[in-house]
Amino acid sequence: MSQIYIITGHYGSGKTEFSVNFALSLKEKHDNVMLVDLDIVNPYFRSHDAKEMLEQAGITVMAPHYAGTNVDIPVLPPEIMRIFEEKDACIVLDVGGDDDGAIALGRYKQYFDKVNYEMYLVVNTRRPLTSTPEEIIEMKENIEIASRLTVTGFISDTNLADETTEEIIMEGVSVTDEVSSATSLPVVYVCTQPGMTLSGVPSEKQFPITRHLLKI
Amino acid sequence: MAEKVLVKGNEAIAEAAIQAGCRYFFGYPITPQTEISAYMAKRMPKIGGVFLQAESEVSAANMVYGAAGAGARVMTSSSSPGISLKAEAISYMAGADLPCVVINVVRAGPGLGGIQPAQSDYFQATKGHGHGDYRLIVLAPSSVQEIVDMTAEAFDLADIYRTPVMILADGMLGQMMEPVVFEKKESKRVIPEKTWATTGTEMKREHNVINSLYIEPNTLEKLVLERYERYKRIEETECKYEAYKTEDAEFILTGYGSVARICKNAVDALREQGIKAGLIRPITLWPFPSDAYINETKNAKAILTVEMSMGQMVEDVKLSVNGKVPVHFFGRTGGNIPYPNEVIEAVKKIIGGDK
Repeated sequence: MSQIYIITGHYGSGKTEFSVNFALSLKEKHDNVMLVDLDIVNPYFRSHDAKEMLEQAGITVMAPHYAGTNVDIPVLPPEIMRIFEEKDACIVLDVGGDDDGAIALGRYKQYFDKVNYEMYLVVNTRRPLTSTPEEIIEMKENIEIASRLTVTGFISDTNLADETTEEIIMEGVSVTDEVSSATSLPVVYVCTQPGMTLSGVPSEKQFPITRHLLKI
Repeated sequence: MAEKVLVKGNEAIAEAAIQAGCRYFFGYPITPQTEISAYMAKRMPKIGGVFLQAESEVSAANMVYGAAGAGARVMTSSSSPGISLKAEAISYMAGADLPCVVINVVRAGPGLGGIQPAQSDYFQATKGHGHGDYRLIVLAPSSVQEIVDMTAEAFDLADIYRTPVMILADGMLGQMMEPVVFEKKESKRVIPEKTWATTGTEMKREHNVINSLYIEPNTLEKLVLERYERYKRIEETECKYEAYKTEDAEFILTGYGSVARICKNAVDALREQGIKAGLIRPITLWPFPSDAYINETKNAKAILTVEMSMGQMVEDVKLSVNGKVPVHFFGRTGGNIPYPNEVIEAVKKIIGGDK
């Protein structure tokens, strides 16, 4: 049976960078890894931008036909139905930001109900609108309503781009821990910078993010 | 919120506007500025403000006219084609002396063009939009932090001079994420009371009238002349630019907004290669900092204007320099962003050609 990972969150929280890095890490242990660009919101930065690199790594990338063409229309690729037919695949869905982006998931609810899925909410507490436990829980609930699916865990991805420090990450961890106890859902990973080791987080939960998308 | 947060340029505009006291936002979605509207839609209801998505840009801009007339701090935002639709109302607001802030997160044109960044609305922003004798203050940020600071400044300028103020950003600045601080800086400026606003007379004063229709030529001429006195004051006091390594520079690059960042990288790279380069970055596009092109070019043998357009600001640079230094142009268009190495090559071509 395949395993589907749905990556959601506030836009700009780092969903796409996490999705790309997560797909690459799954590829280390699994043969059949797929990354699906389901972003119907933002035509600018998206996982399609890393398509070539991912394909070279042996990952199947599915994206809307218009992705990377700058045509600004939210149409999903028909071949996406393939993810529900795959046997023994690891499939990462990079969903558009907020509840607006999560709406794209709703139409697949009947299929998701029949497969194993995890839905992670990526959280950067240094982003406005998701800086407090209350705001994060509101975002989670709005995404669940829009997607008709249930969040199963959190990705703590607090960062200030190039100015990220261990203190900033740990400050985010304390907020996501609070959300975790309020919702009884786990913090699955804590995103770190390459080469960084956090003393307060179990090593198997630390997830270093290498930036793959275009930086100007 | 004095700690650093990671925000998009578009969100920075929205949050900074709210912190500057803007409680009315009328908009219509268009890429690449939609996050401004999206942010306003989420935040305004929570702080007792109004977010309204109008049925068109034309309506949104005329709602701004109404709110500004009632004395509110009000903003609208769009990208290039949407600004063309708002142009009529901008002219009416200039003609009725209404303060407001208009954001243009520029994309490639003409027509529907594309959705990638451009600077091809320079002419429109600094010389045009709508019809008639009028000017707009046009501010050009080049980082997300500058967007934050400039948005607050834009509201002050609008209120002081009773004029629409435009922030001219581009798709790159709107979409780019950078760490910023939203710091409540106390404005040193004196914001005049809006005694002209239509806030209700309570039978205690004469009616205030917000209008741009003046049938009698002498009356209209007098009003326009008064307005141009105000424009003169703006030109004398509000011109802003940044000079970077210009003191000994033999070669001056000039560009505004996100292109200035690219030029700054090019200046540093050129200096490493022994070419004394410098940068003039206009921060106000109107009033245009003409003096900079005299004061900062004492050792300059040539100037290169870099733009994400076919060459619009270059005309103002030429007017400012007035033939004293040769002015060259390099631009990318259609939504393409120039790379630093392209700028460096353009510089070397000019230097080589001079020999």
